[in-house]
Amino acid sequence: MNANKGDWVRIYNVILNVGERGENLPEDTKKVPFEMWDKGFLVNDIATVGDTVEVETIIGRFITGELLEINPSFDVNFGSGVFEPLYIGKQLREMLGE
Amino acid sequence: MDINMSYDNVMSRKNQIMKNAIGIDYEGFESGSIAFDYEKMMKEAGYSLDEIIKIQRDHSVGNTPIIELKNITKIVRKLSPKGKGARIFIKDEATNPSGSFKARRAAVSVYHAKKLGYKGVIAATSGNYGAAVASQAAMHGLKCIIVQECYDSQGQGQPEIIEKARKCEAYGAEVIQLSVGPELFYEFLKLLESTGFFNASLYSPFGIAGVETLGYEISKQFMEREGRNPDVVVCTNAGGGNLTGTARGLIKAGAPETSIVGASVNLKGLHMASDRQFNRKSFTTGHTGFGIPFATFPDRSDVPRSAGRPLRYMDRYVTVNQGEVFYMTEALAQIEGLERGPAGNIALAAAFSIAQELDEDKLILVQETEYTGAGKHLQPQLFFAKEMGIDIAIGDPREEICGLNIILPKHPSLIKAVDLDMDKLKKSYISKAIVNVDNISEDDIRFLAEDTNSTTEFVKEIIDEINRRYE
Repeated sequence: MNANKGDWVRIYNVILNVGERGENLPEDTKKVPFEMWDKGFLVNDIATVGDTVEVETIIGRFITGELLEINPSFDVNFGSGVFEPLYIGKQLREMLGE
Repeated sequence: MDINMSYDNVMSRKNQIMKNAIGIDYEGFESGSIAFDYEKMMKEAGYSLDEIIKIQRDHSVGNTPIIELKNITKIVRKLSPKGKGARIFIKDEATNPSGSFKARRAAVSVYHAKKLGYKGVIAATSGNYGAAVASQAAMHGLKCIIVQECYDSQGQGQPEIIEKARKCEAYGAEVIQLSVGPELFYEFLKLLESTGFFNASLYSPFGIAGVETLGYEISKQFMEREGRNPDVVVCTNAGGGNLTGTARGLIKAGAPETSIVGASVNLKGLHMASDRQFNRKSFTTGHTGFGIPFATFPDRSDVPRSAGRPLRYMDRYVTVNQGEVFYMTEALAQIEGLERGPAGNIALAAAFSIAQELDEDKLILVQETEYTGAGKHLQPQLFFAKEMGIDIAIGDPREEICGLNIILPKHPSLIKAVDLDMDKLKKSYISKAIVNVDNISEDDIRFLAEDTNSTTEFVKEIIDEINRRYE
């Protein structure tokens, strides 16, 4: 899928590769790169996911990175229903009614 | 990579970058040794209480209601010995513009940044403070960047943090999301240097002084409705600023006798910089992973001297488990009709237990709530925990093992605030403070006694004990 100039996109960068990272890290963290994600309006005329692109962020900074997502969504929701806490209200209401 | 932007190079410029970005010369408060003049820093770099009240009022911050939790108090009394069971109150800080007490801290920092002529503000935070800074920046017309630790190496993000990114963007901020690791500070420094923006640190004198109004309001509101100050105030404790500011405000209001309790959610065994363990916790703040290190070494923050110094003011420090906080979050909604975010209810879980130790005529206040919504709610947080392989059980919360399970108490009588050993915390603070210091002066000893709310005799005893260990 192509993105056009002015599209709102999400970009990605590796800030520090494995070996460039800070000191005193736990073993698992040492083995992975230090990464970043940001969003902005595409500056390039046209680009495809995976291309290195330039964007203008919402506050007007120009940064480059790998094009990751076009019209990025907010993946926050309430998840699938979790039934475990349902006893709590019942239990407390019963105690109040005693 | 440009050599000047390498990790080591940027870190070596830390002091200069920080000085430019906060407009405070901390040298003026230093003694050259362990001691520094805390009160001078708070006075000269900060604002008076009256000025802060005005700044906050002008930006719709503060004056939040206090609500008596009558049904929760009834449950407490059913579980208490005869004559015990203090009345529990909560300060509904979720009614601040950005949905938490952090608006108080941000109001002063952003006002100050604007006054000094900065074009924008930056804050490094995955928590409610980001939304608070973004909201205040929107009011003042300043640009805003929020830097978050958000994802593990699999690209999995904590739902609570992703929600806060959304909220910051809603206020017009740029949100930079990072993977797990303390190198967030490196990225933060690079941003401060390249933008010339103000460091809206949580730990500056403005950030802490902004919370003093919370303590002040508590006293004023209690005098008005109950004719006296609360006996106990419970503060959720992470970086120490909430507790410090609240306690200072209470003292300024003339309530020095009110006992201050810090409460953190117990995350024992989880390493805060571990890529794998990052998503095996259900609380991203208010936990012991911040609370204990910041209490015992406050100057580990993003400014040379933290204005948040919780051991100065803390009478007691307790922990509660994740399952207990989720239980109380559900209880607050189900029997008090207040749906609020889980992280704000850590102090509530602690207060529920402590109230059972106190006489019926005592007053105990939980000094915050926070907003809730998609991602930042017990449903998505427990769902995410399940996805991460955490077992959700109903049973005895004492059997909870962080990173493996979350145990919702099968009965409210099982909710217990567990005391941390205050002397041990103070010893830990002193031993960290004196590392690599050859000549500890009388001034240093006096300072350490003040900073740990102990005595010079206590400090000397600890120093002797440590020296003997190395002889």
